[in-house]
Amino acid sequence: MHATKVLEEAGRLMTVCNSCRYCEGVCAVFPAMELRKSFTDGDLNYLANLCHNCGACYDDCQYSPPHEFDVNVPAALAAVRVESYAAAAWPSALSGMFHRNGLAISIAAALSVTVFVAGFVGLTDRHALFAKHSGPGAFYELLPHDAMAAIFCAAFLYAAVACALSAKRFVASFGALRRDMTDPVAHARATLASGSLRYLDGGGGGCADDGAHRVNLRKVFHHMTFYGFALCFLATAVATVYHYAFGREAPYAVDDLPVLLGTLGGIGLIVGPIGLLVAKRLRDPAVVSKASYGMDVAFIVMLLLTGATGMILLAARDTAAMGALLALHLGVVFGLMITMPYGKFIHGLFRYLALARYERERIVVANGAFSAVDDPPSAAATLGS
Amino acid sequence: MIDSKQFDVVVLGGGNAALCAAISAARQGAAVAVLEASPKFYRGGNTRHTRNMRCAHDTATETLTGPYGEEEFWEDLLKVTGGQTDEQLARYMISESKKMLTWISEQGVRFQPSLGGTLSLGRTNSFFLGGGRAMLNSLYRTAERLGVTIAYDAEAIDLDIEDGGFRSATILYAGKTKRVGARNLVAASGGFEANLEWMEEYWGPRARKFLVRGTPYNRGSVLRMLLDVGVAEVGDPTQCHAVAIDARAPKFDGGIITRLDCVVFGIVVNKEARRFYDEGEDIWPKRYAIWGRLVAGQPDQIAYIIFDASSIDLFMPSLYPAIEAQTIAELAGKLELDPTQLSKTLAEFNAAVRPGSFDHTKLDDCRTEGLDPPKTHWARRIERAPFYAYPVRPGITFTYLGTKVDRNARMVMRDGRPSKNMFAAGEIMAGNVLGRGYAAGIGMTIGSVFGRIAGREAAKNACN
Repeated sequence: MHATKVLEEAGRLMTVCNSCRYCEGVCAVFPAMELRKSFTDGDLNYLANLCHNCGACYDDCQYSPPHEFDVNVPAALAAVRVESYAAAAWPSALSGMFHRNGLAISIAAALSVTVFVAGFVGLTDRHALFAKHSGPGAFYELLPHDAMAAIFCAAFLYAAVACALSAKRFVASFGALRRDMTDPVAHARATLASGSLRYLDGGGGGCADDGAHRVNLRKVFHHMTFYGFALCFLATAVATVYHYAFGREAPYAVDDLPVLLGTLGGIGLIVGPIGLLVAKRLRDPAVVSKASYGMDVAFIVMLLLTGATGMILLAARDTAAMGALLALHLGVVFGLMITMPYGKFIHGLFRYLALARYERERIVVANGAFSAVDDPPSAAATLGS
Repeated sequence: MIDSKQFDVVVLGGGNAALCAAISAARQGAAVAVLEASPKFYRGGNTRHTRNMRCAHDTATETLTGPYGEEEFWEDLLKVTGGQTDEQLARYMISESKKMLTWISEQGVRFQPSLGGTLSLGRTNSFFLGGGRAMLNSLYRTAERLGVTIAYDAEAIDLDIEDGGFRSATILYAGKTKRVGARNLVAASGGFEANLEWMEEYWGPRARKFLVRGTPYNRGSVLRMLLDVGVAEVGDPTQCHAVAIDARAPKFDGGIITRLDCVVFGIVVNKEARRFYDEGEDIWPKRYAIWGRLVAGQPDQIAYIIFDASSIDLFMPSLYPAIEAQTIAELAGKLELDPTQLSKTLAEFNAAVRPGSFDHTKLDDCRTEGLDPPKTHWARRIERAPFYAYPVRPGITFTYLGTKVDRNARMVMRDGRPSKNMFAAGEIMAGNVLGRGYAAGIGMTIGSVFGRIAGREAAKNACN
């Protein structure tokens, strides 16, 4: 019935869950599930990408293993997600990147760093590479600004196009109509839900693993990582404006906006990923997908390296090590960028799109136009269950 | 650690009632032990399979759509039990149930609006966020935080009770027998519905074909021991709450997802492919609760709900797909029924159906004429392929036999004297207020209210 074993299992579980519905209040997956009576592969892709893997439904489930119904929704949907990333990858030839993704990303990152270091060594004279440079334009004595801009612009554009085309394939996979994906109210709500990680909280009690200590570790560290990343991106954007609009060249003073934003973001990108790695180790192994473990760790480590190399570069930019550190940092950032469409980064995009569709469905249901079997009159009249 | 200490209160059982008792006693400062017969995963007995509790409340709340007063609750209870209840005790429980919503929230349990498919309960019943196991997890966390000693795989095999006074329990724990002494006992170990040999005493060999909807650990051994030492019994020992559930369900612990609520949409035939009861008799409470008993009365304790394409989308999905066929003969083949008889039964039924306007939300005017047994409502011809069937068997939810208690949840001995230090809560004493029938969520009300009282009274007793 389903295309793969992983989808087969997810389909089985959604049938179990849809006849139980106890977890309806836990997150978005279950209300979305209830709007369906049977589940196509596309439905399962959609539901899987709504899941934040908080694990609450696993802890709450009376049918989780060792029960013979063997219900483990977080793990099953995580496996579906990995398949959905690979199936939507653009170009398709690179979908293999999602198979052993940890290894693939490590190789790509190592290559990228090597190329940058080798490039710096090869193209700059040895004296300049290990000399102290300071003041505006110091970086560009090693790599001319236009070359740097061209390289990173190309990498960014490539990543953006590949991600957009993957997203398009993903949306097509669950058969959403154009109007299902273009409702501005739904997008506003989805932005709020993803920006606040509303559904990474087990319906209000935190992730399953947090039950005992009541602190939502993953949410806190994910926020630090995501907003850290966003601040770093913003720092780069401000610096670009400085460069082209005001003719002010990097590096900037420590109290200047790009450095302030970058420093804050960099701290987020160091503390956040470390926290996420620790939180991952503390999780119940049962809900952590083996299929996505390497991918998760690879992306977290890439973000950590981005933050760490950036901060070290900032600290040592007035020393002779600057050249080598700049090469390292640029290598890491380049590696991060070009692998974005082929790694865990894509989860954010797909989750957002799934949430946008979910919000749209809620709006349609609220308007009474969805043909859902959510409250059959047959059940409405009973008092017993 | 459980064998060396003398406890103020020992609680036998590990479900809602047991944990409410343990928490309430611990909050009074008592040293409490919870002895749960099951392994950790299966802790909590039938509470694992619950999803809501029925508490009286005067106003709507965030999760309840309107008020549900004490009087209305009482009337509902009177209706489902047909008067087989202890009015004083029941009214006291209902009045106490008002405080439970707050109290149980204070123990970490979280609520949500009623689930999809249960809108009719949105006013009366409070649904646990994540269901019964989520509720249990919260209660266990709270009990642990309060210092309650909890032992799993700890089945009570003997009780040292003299003259209505509890002294100690002998448990089988980690393969060894241990004696656990305590000043007070709270029995909250459920009924005996998973003990099919015991059920056989009343139902004969038929009981072997019954499915048990909930925990396999409710074997009634504590109940048996208590009744054997002279605790007064309450409730009809021969009765149990049974509904028709999917015959493909596992023997134990299938829970909510094996329920089928589509009897009204078709006809129900037995192994001989003959109808045996009016499928359109009533909306509530009979339709759901009566069919377990009806199927138990049929040969081999099996029956088949048969309907057609016009009804397949009208009810909640369940775990197992309906058996599907393009013709009645093909369906009969799949069900291993006599095709000639099944076609005949259907033809007779279809011929007897009178025109009417179908409305499954009320007792409509679609009925049969000149058919025995008749289908008095929702009768529509079964003629549009594909045809569908669900095999059903009796699924036992709980038993009614229990220990008699007073309003302090204190057990009453057969001679009418109250026990010195023995209390009961939950299904083991549900028969005091629920002599028959059932209303959604009332088992949890009984467990929480009497559990809380039992724990409090036992702790008080320990200080005296």
